[in-house]
Amino acid sequence: MKARVHVMLKNGVLDPQGEAVRHALGAMGFDGVEGVRQGKVIDLTLAEGTTEAQVVEMCDKLLANTVIESYEIELG
Amino acid sequence: MRAAVVVFPGSNCDRDLAVAFEREGFAVDMVWHKETALPEGVDIVGIPGGFSYGDYLRCGAIAAQSPICQAVVAHTRRGGYAVGVCNGFQVLTETGILPGALLRNAGLKYICKTIGLRVETADSAFTGGYEVGQEIAIPIAHHDGNYFADEATIAALRAEDRIAFTYTDNPNGSVADIAGILSENRRVLGMMPHPERAADHGHGGTDGAAFFRALAGVMALA
Repeated sequence: MKARVHVMLKNGVLDPQGEAVRHALGAMGFDGVEGVRQGKVIDLTLAEGTTEAQVVEMCDKLLANTVIESYEIELG
Repeated sequence: MRAAVVVFPGSNCDRDLAVAFEREGFAVDMVWHKETALPEGVDIVGIPGGFSYGDYLRCGAIAAQSPICQAVVAHTRRGGYAVGVCNGFQVLTETGILPGALLRNAGLKYICKTIGLRVETADSAFTGGYEVGQEIAIPIAHHDGNYFADEATIAALRAEDRIAFTYTDNPNGSVADIAGILSENRRVLGMMPHPERAADHGHGGTDGAAFFRALAGVMALA
């Protein structure tokens, strides 16, 4: 089975990389880009029987730092 | 007096930190990340700067889950002393021993230069050799030194006098100009600047020497 974890900086946490991308898009002539937030996607290949609760634990303990990041899990 | 300096794959300030401890009279053990226990009788653990595990995932995230870090967490829970410098500060926040997190520098650049720090508290084993308000010159060398914590955490750090150092001219966007903080029991300190790189005349500055001298003074009495 597969799981995809999306990790994003929480709202209110400055994302300097996203800001730099926003500036670059503006400089390239793409008007109207009001915000860019950059995150990461982590694909997990899991043994059958792995539970969502175990994936949540992986996220809380390692894959995301919940002080600054939020995450969403897609089980596939 | 015994110090242990943890060595991860990618640590690169471990020997500098060991030398700084040794010149104040500490016996120093270098402890590999796969060890599951600290040597007997360790008074203080040093977590050095560098790029542990290549900074993969997040700076310090994988180091924080290493076998030796479980022993370091247990040591601090028993009231043991620890200091994390640069990547070591990132590791300490990732373990949860210290609050907050270190984000990418606001200017997105790696910054390597000597900067000004203001000593915010002299009430700790680490900062007892300085005066409150004293300005010292210490090098920084980091890409992810932008300290972040929510407002409630910052308010608690202020109220409990746990901000150890602030930048006189904030180089990286840190909230409240924070460069270093203390744990609740004041026995764990994390800081982005490198006092071990300003501890010898050959370094071009010696403002960091008082940091290690103060620690030696406290440990000698223990």
